[in-house]
Amino acid sequence: MSPVLSGVLQLTALVAALVLVYRPLGDYMARVYSSEKHLRVEKLIYRSIGANPNAEMRWPAYLRGILAFSAASLLFLYLLQRIQGILPHSLSLGFTAISPDQAFNTAASFVANTNWQSYSGEQAMGHAVQTLGLAVQNFVSAAVGMAVAVALVRGFARARTGELGNFWSDLVRGTIRILIPISVIGAVVLVACGAIQNFAGIHDIGQLAGGTQQVNGGAVASQEAIKELGTNGGGYFNANSAHPFENPNAFTNLFEIFLILVIPFSLTRTFGKLVGNVKQGYAILAAMGVIWLGFTALMMWTEFHHGGAALQAAGGALEGKEQRFGIGGTSIFATSTTLTSTGAVDGFHSSFTGFGGGIALLGMMLGEIAPGGVGSGLYGMLVMAIIAVFIAGLMVGRTPEYLGKKIGTREIKLAACYILITPTLVLGFTAVSMVMATPPHSILNVAGNSVDGSGAHGFSEVLYAFTSGANNNGSAMAGLNANTQWYNTTIGLAMLLGRFLPMVFVLALAGSLAEQKPVPETAGTLRTEKPLFAGLLVGAILIITGLTYFPALALGPMAEGLS
Amino acid sequence: MSTTTPVRTAPEEPKDERPHGSEEPGRVSGGLFDPAQLVKSLPDAFRKLDPRVMVKSPVMFVVEVGSVVTTGLALKDPGAWFGWAITIWLWLTVIFANLAEAVAEGRGKAQADTLRKAKTDTVARRLNGGTEESVPGTELRVGDLVVCEAGDIIPGDGDVVEGVASVDESAITGESAPVIRESGGDRSAVTGGTKVLSDRIVIKIMTKPGETFIDRMINLVEGAARQKTPNEIALNILLASLTIVFLLAVVTLQPFAIYAHAEQSMIVLAALVVCLIPTTIGALLSAIGIAGMDRLVQRNVLAMSGRAVEAAGDISTLLLDKTGTITYGNRQAAEFVPVKGTMAAEVADAAQLSSLADETPEGRSIVVLAKEKYGLRERHEGELVGAEWIPFTAQTRMSGVDVDGRKVRKGATGSVLTWVTERGGRIAEDATKLTDDISQAGGTPLLVAVEDEKGARVLGVIHLKDVVKEGMRERFDELRRMGIKTVMITGDNPLTAKAIAEEAGVDDFLAEATPEDKMALIKREQAGGKLVAMTGDGTNDAPALAQADVGVAMNTGTSAAKEAGNMVDLDSNPTKLIEIVEIGKQLLITRGALTTFSIANDVAKYFAIIPAMFAVAYPGLDKLNIMSLHSPQTAILSAVIFNALVIVALVPLALKGVRYRPMSADSMLRRNLTVYGLGGLVAPFIGIKIIDLLISLIPGIG
Repeated sequence: MSPVLSGVLQLTALVAALVLVYRPLGDYMARVYSSEKHLRVEKLIYRSIGANPNAEMRWPAYLRGILAFSAASLLFLYLLQRIQGILPHSLSLGFTAISPDQAFNTAASFVANTNWQSYSGEQAMGHAVQTLGLAVQNFVSAAVGMAVAVALVRGFARARTGELGNFWSDLVRGTIRILIPISVIGAVVLVACGAIQNFAGIHDIGQLAGGTQQVNGGAVASQEAIKELGTNGGGYFNANSAHPFENPNAFTNLFEIFLILVIPFSLTRTFGKLVGNVKQGYAILAAMGVIWLGFTALMMWTEFHHGGAALQAAGGALEGKEQRFGIGGTSIFATSTTLTSTGAVDGFHSSFTGFGGGIALLGMMLGEIAPGGVGSGLYGMLVMAIIAVFIAGLMVGRTPEYLGKKIGTREIKLAACYILITPTLVLGFTAVSMVMATPPHSILNVAGNSVDGSGAHGFSEVLYAFTSGANNNGSAMAGLNANTQWYNTTIGLAMLLGRFLPMVFVLALAGSLAEQKPVPETAGTLRTEKPLFAGLLVGAILIITGLTYFPALALGPMAEGLS
Repeated sequence: MSTTTPVRTAPEEPKDERPHGSEEPGRVSGGLFDPAQLVKSLPDAFRKLDPRVMVKSPVMFVVEVGSVVTTGLALKDPGAWFGWAITIWLWLTVIFANLAEAVAEGRGKAQADTLRKAKTDTVARRLNGGTEESVPGTELRVGDLVVCEAGDIIPGDGDVVEGVASVDESAITGESAPVIRESGGDRSAVTGGTKVLSDRIVIKIMTKPGETFIDRMINLVEGAARQKTPNEIALNILLASLTIVFLLAVVTLQPFAIYAHAEQSMIVLAALVVCLIPTTIGALLSAIGIAGMDRLVQRNVLAMSGRAVEAAGDISTLLLDKTGTITYGNRQAAEFVPVKGTMAAEVADAAQLSSLADETPEGRSIVVLAKEKYGLRERHEGELVGAEWIPFTAQTRMSGVDVDGRKVRKGATGSVLTWVTERGGRIAEDATKLTDDISQAGGTPLLVAVEDEKGARVLGVIHLKDVVKEGMRERFDELRRMGIKTVMITGDNPLTAKAIAEEAGVDDFLAEATPEDKMALIKREQAGGKLVAMTGDGTNDAPALAQADVGVAMNTGTSAAKEAGNMVDLDSNPTKLIEIVEIGKQLLITRGALTTFSIANDVAKYFAIIPAMFAVAYPGLDKLNIMSLHSPQTAILSAVIFNALVIVALVPLALKGVRYRPMSADSMLRRNLTVYGLGGLVAPFIGIKIIDLLISLIPGIG
């Protein structure tokens, strides 16, 4: 079978699997977030943290819950890394305490659902940090994202109330009823297919050519499942999903992509269910799906088709890709991981073709909304839908409205603030990094000769790092030494601000929408469930993002790809 | 309901229905654009360069700052043509934007001047106890009583408390036919600045000087009272945030460029910023708003706030009074139905004869129908010698004539039946059935009877009905396509109301409506989230007018009604509500279309400017120069020139508004997306290429 055909077949199988679970999972999640009943274990949790899961919260209260919870998580994770040196060997594997800037970066990274890693897991983090710290955040940071999405959906669905539900209940339910059960299944599948799951220490293994190699054991499969499912992306090992212990074969590769995409896509069904019109969910799904498929097709095309004698001989750009996944599997993984806020990688993004790297970069720049991170993808897409509705709504001669809610001054103000955050962080930090004296030294692909595009590549790496951080992706183009005080601190800030500032505006928006009384639909209403609107939404996303980043992309991937 | 006597109805009749979209001769048209206005408004455009004024439009303020920066840089290097060219075109961009606003305002100013002429300083004859004193009109206070006689200018807004007079209101309505103003009832309001033509009236002043209707009107058309509407504010926020995004993209570009060894001059960066930020819509936004209000004024509607105009576009329920709006107002004869054994012509003849002495509108309509349908020439009372005329009275409810031993009568069913029975006459078997049928259909039956040598007998039935104005059904179909539900309000009984509602094609009706019913209906619709528009003129309409989202008061109405509504129709034409809705929609569509166009334009500008900036550092980027522009400098200059010229090119569109036809939201979106979205993507590629071709021909540049 030709590699291209294999790639296309993998893509087809993936889409089929996603279609199959779309309705049941989406409906199930809708029930989870609207059910009146609490499980016994949930009641136990509520009692232990002293929360009343039935108290309705207005948006400031909901936000306070998120911020308090995340701040506590951040502090815990930071301290856990800082005390690693004094933990018993069985917990620390003998690793020392993490430096303050790296500990901050890592804590911010996992709390913000980014999972940017400026460390090598197997050379820095023991069982305690990996399992008690990082793995726990993999669940709860994802559940926070879903909670915010559900709160926004409630804003659309509810009328004349400022109440958005209860954060603690949404957080706990998302974790207990959605993320844990699916990751258990996921972990079992991964173990069955060869991923490891143990608490073994570090083994020194002799290599064939002489010399020894250290190989770690660990609770890898369980962390791998939630790493993908919660669109986290922080690998147990530095090689991430390219490591055979995390991702042993082509099937697990496809299965992990499935785990990445399954919740973000299915949440559109949940959205449709909760607002009482599944077609509205389909329109959002269509917009997400079109972008995801389009990017994947482009990625496959550029990676398979790249010119040059060596690449032709190899059948495509195989450098930095695993033979067991092939160009097809790696391309699908790369677009899926960058179009969601996952950031796991099964190949070396720095080694992709110039355009391939650009596609991955642009995928993140879209704001992680197609389908995006768990929860964050849906709310990001809904904010873009509000912008699209505003412009399109004007063109049908009415005050724009979406799902019966008017998009007025307040809503536009909040949506505009939302879309300003990530470009400011990405372009601002990148620009400062380029003009400062030391940060450019982290670029390993030095700008020796700008004509051949290698300088452009170095620039792309810095741009990629901040794009990844601010959009909470977490993947890296590598080729950049990010473990410096500068990058640890700035990327850490970019991750925190890129995660929590948008939430402030989304929740304020949800509160504002929930207070409105709905406007009934008439023939004069813009039909947001129609293909025309989905197309318009895709166009608006591509044009607004494209225009924002065009100059930066021109000096990075485009300069490289066109040379 | 106001009762009007036949004499006074004449000038009060609603204006004949103009076909939709056509313009009344003599009045300013719906937005013709005269290029001479551009020249005339130029001084104003320069005056608006004041940064304190410019800062109100964030987008154009950024352009002005950019112009100042490039001017400084050009002065530093006065020998370089490129810096000067960019500088000049950036300044032109700002001036074009100001020009658009000035032109829009200029049209209002012309109207305001006309109004001011009407507001000459008047001397009021104030009643002080029993005596009369002369005071300047400006010293009148609310509650003062003033006297006006033929030839006097009414000194202030108020209500007539004594007397009847004909008043020339042409100063504000442009309508030369005088109107009747009388104390009490719904026609008591008079407006300051209008002229009493006959008789004497006593007016109670209701507004303070300076706040009169004509003052407010001047403020409105001049734009002095213009406040940004909610939607305009929202759009401004979106545009401001886009401006920030593009500023950010360009400001951060320099460090990237330095890293790539391709540092850019500030002039180029300023040019890039101006090309990217949404200048097209930013420049035209306020002109669109002013022009929207202006279009209403041209249709003789005064909106008290821009908010009301925007709300008009969102209306989903339209309450329309039956009388005068949907129907012509009076019941008219529509048909002569003979009983068995009689000819229709015979009925027509008898009906006409018996109606000659009936001066009511119904009676006249019978004569007219007989002439139009049966060619019966109208006979005059004097023609029939020896005829004894029996005029119509409310007591007998019959009219007729006794001539040549023949007695002809027509009238209300009961009266005519009694008349026939009293004379021992015969009542045709189907007479009752015919009258019932007509009643069922919502009409009013009148019986025609005759007594001659064959004895007294019923000849037939006249079918009187409310005549629905032509084209109403099509109008309502259009509204339905726009998603607007029409509700007919009538005092008729449900049966009649239903029949007319069906004939006119309205979606719903409210029969036997009291002001309370009307109010309840509005509140019910609003509770469901709908926006309601209505017209009204009477004092009892005032609460409902205030409650409605768009309340259009008739200028002929009472002060209370005008105060309660948020618009006043100077023509007092209730059908205009439909046009108001269209203007509101058009206003929003124009904004959305130009925003889309503006953003779509940026794509081409990137393809012109980015390769021009960086093709030296990265030759591969020259592949982005898909327009194959002449040189980096001509490329950047062409983009800037296109950006400036497109503003001027779109001024007429901003003033006229995007073409609007009632259609569903889907087809409207598809159409506007194609024209302004796709058009906005493609047009600048062509425009920039053409400008580049022209520039490259200039010696010293090419």
